[in-house]
Amino acid sequence: MSEVVAVIDYGMGNLHSAGKALEKVANGQTIIITGDPDQVRAADRVVFPGVGAIRDCIAVLKDTGLDQAIRDVAKAGKPLLGICVGMQAMMARSEENNGVDCLGIFDGQVTFFGEQFSDTGARLKVPHMGWNQVQQGMAHPMWAGIDNHARFYFVHSYCVTGLPDEAVAGRCDYGLSFAAAAVQGNVFAVQFHPEKSADAGLTLLENFLRWKP
Amino acid sequence: MGLAKRIIPCLDVDAGRVVKGVQFVDIRDAGDPVEIAKRYNDAGADEITFLDITASHQERDTTLHTVEQIASQVFIPLTVGGGVRALEDIRNLLNAGADKVAINSAAVHNPEFVREAAERFGSQCIVVAIDAKKVSAESDTNRWEIFTHGGRKPTGLDAVEWARKMTDYGAGEILLTSMDRDGTKNGFDIALTRAISDAVPVPVIASGGVGNLQHLVDGVQQGGADAVLAASIFHFGEYSVQEAKEFMQSAGVEMRLG
Repeated sequence: MSEVVAVIDYGMGNLHSAGKALEKVANGQTIIITGDPDQVRAADRVVFPGVGAIRDCIAVLKDTGLDQAIRDVAKAGKPLLGICVGMQAMMARSEENNGVDCLGIFDGQVTFFGEQFSDTGARLKVPHMGWNQVQQGMAHPMWAGIDNHARFYFVHSYCVTGLPDEAVAGRCDYGLSFAAAAVQGNVFAVQFHPEKSADAGLTLLENFLRWKP
Repeated sequence: MGLAKRIIPCLDVDAGRVVKGVQFVDIRDAGDPVEIAKRYNDAGADEITFLDITASHQERDTTLHTVEQIASQVFIPLTVGGGVRALEDIRNLLNAGADKVAINSAAVHNPEFVREAAERFGSQCIVVAIDAKKVSAESDTNRWEIFTHGGRKPTGLDAVEWARKMTDYGAGEILLTSMDRDGTKNGFDIALTRAISDAVPVPVIASGGVGNLQHLVDGVQQGGADAVLAASIFHFGEYSVQEAKEFMQSAGVEMRLG
């Protein structure tokens, strides 16, 4: 039986992109898009994408029981990939929307970029939008075939900070240094959008489908 | 090293067909937006903007189908604009695979629409498109106004104030078109681009007037744009996206190169 990869649908994100990109790189796996916590638990691999505001995201996850399903997947040792707000939701807490408690899978914080300035003193635009470089913090199967400092597509106004060094799989600089990728055992999370990052992003998704943590 | 400036080719699409002709060598169907989007993706475009100029409402489904097809084959960000008037339009486009939607005249008619859209879907996917035209005399301080209906109808709105208001309302990006320069190939309106870019905290895409590669550099270095949008210089094969990126990089603009 082929492996099932569940893309979590909590009714807010543009799931078409993540699903289509996974289908593009799938090698025999079946990609399903689901909001059913039991289907998420039963899947062999889980992708948790996200856009929008964190308060709404966490509220929907709690209402649907998906919050527990995601924690269960993390505990069960199955490969779990968080994308963008999905990554942020995995942290302990976000300061967006006047402060929101998140899933607490990682011991990190989500903070606003605030007023950041470039080396030349120019005020940096927020959202941080476009192609920025990711400095890989470690050798990891998820980075296989991807150049260190490869560019990925970002679009976000909040970023993850305060993670312990060993959990920072990649860093990005935009006025401040933040976690572009986080790792903890079977859980990998990225602030950028691999499904929108052309070849580098597709390679990362392909790596995820092969990853055996 | 850091965030790269973006090059965004723009496709005008009418009922599922690219208009204003795209003249790539060896392209099978110059009117097929999916094939053209794929070509731009392969050429290193950083994003694609798709401007829907379909007049009739019935043919909107064609647009959604086209967006769906592009999004399943092109894995870079896709912005869709044209005729976005209701939250329903935005939801349909995002569900079809658009990453951002551009709101133009609907924002002028009802600014609250932008606020509702940003609250509902997040600022990251709400682009406000601004068509501005210079209304001050040459000897006076620069002043630009918002125009609708393809630059024919003045609104009395000051472009800089309007841009600021739209970002206050939650726009995550501004797509700025100079109606004076659009189609002229004389380069961006640099003063306008600089005025808007300095006024708003979000990224600004410069549009209107690109005739050569130096114009792209000027838009970024003098105008302060975060991204540059162009149609005809790429469509007619005068320059490839890759050439444009290399030119900009050698002029000192940080770019994403293959």
